[in-house]
Amino acid sequence: MLWARRFWLKLQNLFRRNRNAQQLNDEFQFHLEQQIAEYLAAGMSPEEARYAALRSFGNSTLLKEETREAWGWVRAEQMAQDLRHAFRTLRRSAGFTATGILTLALGIGANTAIFQLLDGVRLRSLPVSAPQSLALVEIKGGNHGFGISDRDTNLTYPLFEQLRAHQEAFSGVFAWSGSDEVAVGQGSQQRRARVLWLTGNTFAVLGVPPIRGRLFTDEDDRRDCGIQGVVISYGFWQSEFGGRDSAIGSKLLIQGHPAEVLGVTPPDFFGLEVGNNFDLAEPFCSVTAFRPATSVLARRDLFWLTAMGRLKPGWSTDQASVQLDAISPGLFEATEPDGYSTKSQSIYRAFRLAAYPAANGLSDLRKTYDASLLLLLGITGLVLLIACANLANLMLVRAGTREREIAVRLACGASRWRLVRQLLTEGLLLAAGGTFLGLYLATIFGRNILWLLSTERNVLELNLALDWRVLLFTASIAVTTCLVFSLVPAFRSSRAKPADALKSGSRGVTTGREHFSFQRMLVVSQIAISVVLLVGALLFMRSFRNLTTFDPGFREKDMLLAFINLEPMHLADVEQYPAVIRDLLTQVRSLPQVKSAATSTHVPLDGSSWTLGLQIGGHEGWSKFTWVSPGYFETMQIALLTGRDFNDRDTQTSPHVAVVNEAFARKYLGGVHPIGNTFRSVAEPGYPSTEYEIVGVVKNTKYAGLREETPPESFGAASQFPAYGPWVSIFLRSSSPPSAVFSVLRTKLNELNPEIRSHFSVFRKDIENRLVRERMMALLSGFFGALAGLLTMIGLYGVISYVVVNRRNEIGVRMALGASRVSIVGMVLWQTILLVALGTVLGIALALAATRGAGSLLFGLQPHDPLSLIGASVLVTAVALLAAFLPARRASRVDPMVALRYE
Amino acid sequence: MAKPNDLVQGTLDLLILKTLSLEPKHGWAIAKRIQQISGEVLQVQQGSLYPALHRLEQKAWIKARWKETETGRQAKFYSLTAAGRAQLEKEAENWSRLSSAINLVVETT
Repeated sequence: MLWARRFWLKLQNLFRRNRNAQQLNDEFQFHLEQQIAEYLAAGMSPEEARYAALRSFGNSTLLKEETREAWGWVRAEQMAQDLRHAFRTLRRSAGFTATGILTLALGIGANTAIFQLLDGVRLRSLPVSAPQSLALVEIKGGNHGFGISDRDTNLTYPLFEQLRAHQEAFSGVFAWSGSDEVAVGQGSQQRRARVLWLTGNTFAVLGVPPIRGRLFTDEDDRRDCGIQGVVISYGFWQSEFGGRDSAIGSKLLIQGHPAEVLGVTPPDFFGLEVGNNFDLAEPFCSVTAFRPATSVLARRDLFWLTAMGRLKPGWSTDQASVQLDAISPGLFEATEPDGYSTKSQSIYRAFRLAAYPAANGLSDLRKTYDASLLLLLGITGLVLLIACANLANLMLVRAGTREREIAVRLACGASRWRLVRQLLTEGLLLAAGGTFLGLYLATIFGRNILWLLSTERNVLELNLALDWRVLLFTASIAVTTCLVFSLVPAFRSSRAKPADALKSGSRGVTTGREHFSFQRMLVVSQIAISVVLLVGALLFMRSFRNLTTFDPGFREKDMLLAFINLEPMHLADVEQYPAVIRDLLTQVRSLPQVKSAATSTHVPLDGSSWTLGLQIGGHEGWSKFTWVSPGYFETMQIALLTGRDFNDRDTQTSPHVAVVNEAFARKYLGGVHPIGNTFRSVAEPGYPSTEYEIVGVVKNTKYAGLREETPPESFGAASQFPAYGPWVSIFLRSSSPPSAVFSVLRTKLNELNPEIRSHFSVFRKDIENRLVRERMMALLSGFFGALAGLLTMIGLYGVISYVVVNRRNEIGVRMALGASRVSIVGMVLWQTILLVALGTVLGIALALAATRGAGSLLFGLQPHDPLSLIGASVLVTAVALLAAFLPARRASRVDPMVALRYE
Repeated sequence: MAKPNDLVQGTLDLLILKTLSLEPKHGWAIAKRIQQISGEVLQVQQGSLYPALHRLEQKAWIKARWKETETGRQAKFYSLTAAGRAQLEKEAENWSRLSSAINLVVETT
């Protein structure tokens, strides 16, 4: 057991350091005494004997060091020494330390925050058991706008029932729909809750257990089941019931119907769509109980279900796709919707289902933000790089001022490696400080970015908790940065030749050119990266500005929107609603605060769209369809190019009329005078084929989004809208404050019927809220661009100051020989300009290469937008000159006499 | 400054082990003994004995105890362990094989 004994000895040494050292002293002492005694016996004088003994013994300090090495733990001991020393040195230069830590913390914090978002949006697995064996079942390639869809790869309920009956690849299939809201509570206590409609087996197939009560099972999901009760999310349980157990069994009023709370889902189950959390879950069979007016379960043209399945053991998604493909013809045949043209129906029958991996869940966020977040991660990475370069520069400058200290230590016999380690330890301490502060900053950044992305109506909830992936990411960037910024300076300064450094005196002669070349290189790359970041920032800011100032063809200023749901009036016949709405519109128009008002079936720029096929002059085509009340074009201030607006003589029984936009006229009528032409719409459920006569042409306006081309659009008269119901959206133009208008509207609706539900918004705000991604990119890239500029400025300032200090004697000589102050400032600035010019050229080349992929994120300008490129260069140059001017001025104030006296 | 490698490290270890094979000794006595026996040929720098002693102690080939000397002074006495004795045999054998080989080479040329 020799090794055990050795191990024991080593371990003992760890705790006996002081005793060991003391004993070693005693041992040496004893040895010397013996030797002295011997020399004395040989006849030496006491003095002589002592020196002779010491001589024959050798360098006792060195011997002690070597003996210590034999005890082991030397490394740990030295590390502790290094740490203590580093700590002391850093504390002594607090300014440097604070700058370093803050710089790093900003860089690391920004990186971590963006990575957290990316992790939350796309890397995290669904919080269910064995997410790898889950697969999405979708319509391959989407439904090409067929019917009405939430997401064009979604399924209809009848289609899902067919799928469930015929699939073989999955041990269970389930479906949900998560975009609905219901009213909870009553009267003034009423609020909206996000409801997740799902099949009864969903929780069982996912393997999600309840943390209180029970969740739904297949038993709860039977046709016409009525109200079975409700399952609530953990968040809802906390906010509504304070997390009390008594919640289970209590009643919740949903859409006016009492429902018993059955159970609570676990805290980490956010639903199945990342970023789209839920409050309540209800089985599909209860839809009709809560919404009697609709028959969504039977509808074959409503694509609103997302379907998933758990693969049977041994099945892959590819194999599942093959099986789904095989059963698809039967499935689609059996669920073919009525009321479509034969052509549309043949398109429907050609749809195929396929399976896709679903371990990370489904997320519209991912689609929207993936590119942006990756780009931001790149941007923050560059910021971190600048921060590192800055630190490396600062460390070099410090190393320069510590040259003598290092030279002395080298001369005393310190090994180079030990010195390098010492400097690395300082870097490590800075990196550790920066990382901890950075992690803290990351949580602040992350929260603010989420807040940036959220709007009043759509609060974004993401799980941004630190998980191992985020920590690993942060740790690895911290280690890398530490190495990058401290390794080079450490090696450089330890290479110093002690003799030279000691000889050159405290002021130093002008140091060799190559001494600064590395620092120059760092500054040039910092400038180059800053240019890239500033170009990016300017591109995104200009793009955002283009979007917000873009003319959509109508005037959104002073425009208010009211969504009104008349369902609670419970009129006996749906036929009665159009008259009520007409009456309501007249009353709204009569309000003194309202300049004009009109109804529309479509809200421009909200991303939705309604398309019908049409036949015109023997051709087939398509157009967007919107039904509006008379006065719509006037209210929206859309110019009527020719013909007439709708009026009260256009009624349900009069011939159907249409106003088309320019795009329609150009596409289908060529040069022909459009007025009086007719076209026929292709039948869809609820929209029978109808012949329209064109009575007017309006200017093009943006339809679903700002970014897309204006499609052909035709407007019908609201009185001739075939699919009317108890809902209406009213556009109002008013110059009064929105809140005042909303309150009179609310009073008006209350007079009509207190149960009427309404929602008001400022149209301009709604449009801006749809630009959150662009706003985020503009704000964040601007912020990071500014940060990069600031860091570069600090770096440049540091380097130029250092160069100036080192050239003090030379400058003194020049001034003594008659150089003017201006020429000295010019000399220093000229150096800077060279660096800046080099950096800028490099930066522009890099920016051109880097932004090529960003085109899809920009609006109204090209990635090589010259204005942004020039702007960034000018900005960087200005910042750099500012940073260099201070040290240059200081250089020109050098008193030649003082400087020369040191020679 | 080069390390006191004047004596090959392994050789110093061998000398120490050999010196201790008869009886426990303290550091100074070991140094003395090596000088005496080698007829003052091997001039070990006395201090360099101690790193070697501590290394051997860590390897558990020798062990140390504080004991009183004849003069009543406390000194650290080193003695061989069983493992040390085995090591000594091995190294001595290695040494004789090596030295006879070197002898052979030196004398035949």
